[in-house]
Amino acid sequence: MLSKLFFGYFAVVLVTLSIVIITRKNPVHSVLWMLVMFFHIAGLYLFLNAEFLAAVQLILYAGAILVLFLFVIMMLNIKEEVTAKRFIGCWPAGAALGVLFVVMVASTLPVFQQGPPGPFSIEAIKSATHAKALGTLLYAEYLFPFEIASLILLIAIVGAVVLAKKGSNE
Amino acid sequence: MSMPIPFPDMKPVMPELIMTGAAAALLVAELVFRKKAVLGLFSILAAVAVFFVLSMSFGETFNGMFISDAYSMQFKVIFLITLILTVLLSLPYLRRERVENGEYYSLLLFATLGMMLMASAKDLIIVYLGLELMALSTYILAGIKKHDLKSNEAALKYFLLGSFSSALLLYGIALTYGLTTTTDLAAIAAQVGRGGTSPVLLLAMILIASSFLFKIAAAPFHMWAPDVYEGAPTSVTAFMSVGPKAAGFAVIGRVFLTAFPSLQADWTAILIGVAILSMAAGNILALAQTNIKRMLAYSSIAHAGYMLLGIIAGTQKGLSAVLTYLLIYAFMNMGAFAVVILLDKGEEIKDYEGLARSHPLAAAAMLVFMFSLTGIPPTAGFIGKFTIFLAAVQAGHAWVVVIAVIFSAISAYYYLRVVRNMYMRERAEATALRPSWSLGLAICLTVLMVFIIGVMPSVVIGR
Repeated sequence: MLSKLFFGYFAVVLVTLSIVIITRKNPVHSVLWMLVMFFHIAGLYLFLNAEFLAAVQLILYAGAILVLFLFVIMMLNIKEEVTAKRFIGCWPAGAALGVLFVVMVASTLPVFQQGPPGPFSIEAIKSATHAKALGTLLYAEYLFPFEIASLILLIAIVGAVVLAKKGSNE
Repeated sequence: MSMPIPFPDMKPVMPELIMTGAAAALLVAELVFRKKAVLGLFSILAAVAVFFVLSMSFGETFNGMFISDAYSMQFKVIFLITLILTVLLSLPYLRRERVENGEYYSLLLFATLGMMLMASAKDLIIVYLGLELMALSTYILAGIKKHDLKSNEAALKYFLLGSFSSALLLYGIALTYGLTTTTDLAAIAAQVGRGGTSPVLLLAMILIASSFLFKIAAAPFHMWAPDVYEGAPTSVTAFMSVGPKAAGFAVIGRVFLTAFPSLQADWTAILIGVAILSMAAGNILALAQTNIKRMLAYSSIAHAGYMLLGIIAGTQKGLSAVLTYLLIYAFMNMGAFAVVILLDKGEEIKDYEGLARSHPLAAAAMLVFMFSLTGIPPTAGFIGKFTIFLAAVQAGHAWVVVIAVIFSAISAYYYLRVVRNMYMRERAEATALRPSWSLGLAICLTVLMVFIIGVMPSVVIGR
């Protein structure tokens, strides 16, 4: 019961915060609300017995990435979000699709049945220690996706440079 | 418990490793070579090298996450052909548009790498990561003309909608994982077989399908295609209209037939709806276009609809018909874009007026591609449509094929309008040409292949 209460709190707060973030006019406020959201995500990880992920979430996202966000926003010196008139005003269609999706999810999820549990029970993780279990998995079984992810990050860096640097054709 | 991590078998991923190495080398080479055409030639060399390694790379590796089999190999051949033709198209186009930078070729190679990973993925995580690798590279390529507002719009639109579709895919994967506690495609099917299907699995399948259908630009997930195709640099449009589409079909075929065979009745029903809607939206909206890139975008939506018929058939024959169609589509569509680039001003359908008189060879090539896209024998387009319709009829979907044939007849109107403009309209000052050896080579190759496959279909069918 208590665990359900905890999860309910985190779920409601996370969804509310997400809506708050995307509706703020001032981007700095958005980023600060995002900080609160990241703390709640870390809480959710803790609640799932994933201490290492919670710590990483705080150090990397709340600590490093958000600071970069703030830097960029302050460098761009945007006081208020630039608003332009919408090209297409078909929000009823979007709203209808959204409602349809919610109904679909809400009607199917009550029959959700979890599959068979994997080898990593809470006890197994405790005996192997958390970071070690994660690390072994990441560098042995999931080595291949890990390497592809590094390529994706490389692309992101290259793309940022390509699109942001001054071209020779100016 | 310190256990040694076994070194994985590298043979099956050799083509991907070479591709990665070449793409990374291009990033460095960009600093050394002032002539960017060298980089283009280097990427063609890399593609040829990958092609030769491909046939030696059979096998499974990385805990069964990656598989190199006949299915993935055939797709990879299509990706490599697309890559080579794109580079041939890009060489003169980039010079003319003054957007020559070395990263362009590197990003093309990375996008191809992403597609190759998608075709070989045997795990939903690899499907997702390959898709992201491909998508991120193409977003950047679409916006590489930094000072062109339309290119900016294309990149941004593609990026936002693409991220949305990736989120849907992740949601679908998460639901599937929750139900089966595995992301391995075969293990998902096994677990579903034990536990039985549930509405949640259906929801997960729909979410995953939406994301893939977005990538192949099938209706109703096609809204991005015309704007992005029009705004992106023409060489990138040519690449996008074939490469990501082929990769999308590779994962649709693999994921649906391997992981969700128990839901076959459901996904067949969904895909029939999507296919008919794509053919309708693509063919009818193409009628009203005045810009040839937009017209080809709608035509690519329609072709996605035809190709879905092969997946709907759900048989081995259907899948190989999709492969044949994609190969033929690669040649005829890239050829059409090559002619668009060949013309000094070739973006509007009006620009083609009187082309037959001023430049008969270019007009003849365009005529061949338009006939092939319509599906008129003896061009390859006919063979593609024939095999795919035959597979669908044999699987018992004759009524869908009847609809497809009707829409195919409608498509003749807008393809042949270009031909009419070229041959039956006169114009005082016809558009000039911008000839270059690589464009000439690309057009010769594609025309040749369109005829070879059209006259001797045995070179691609029945292997």
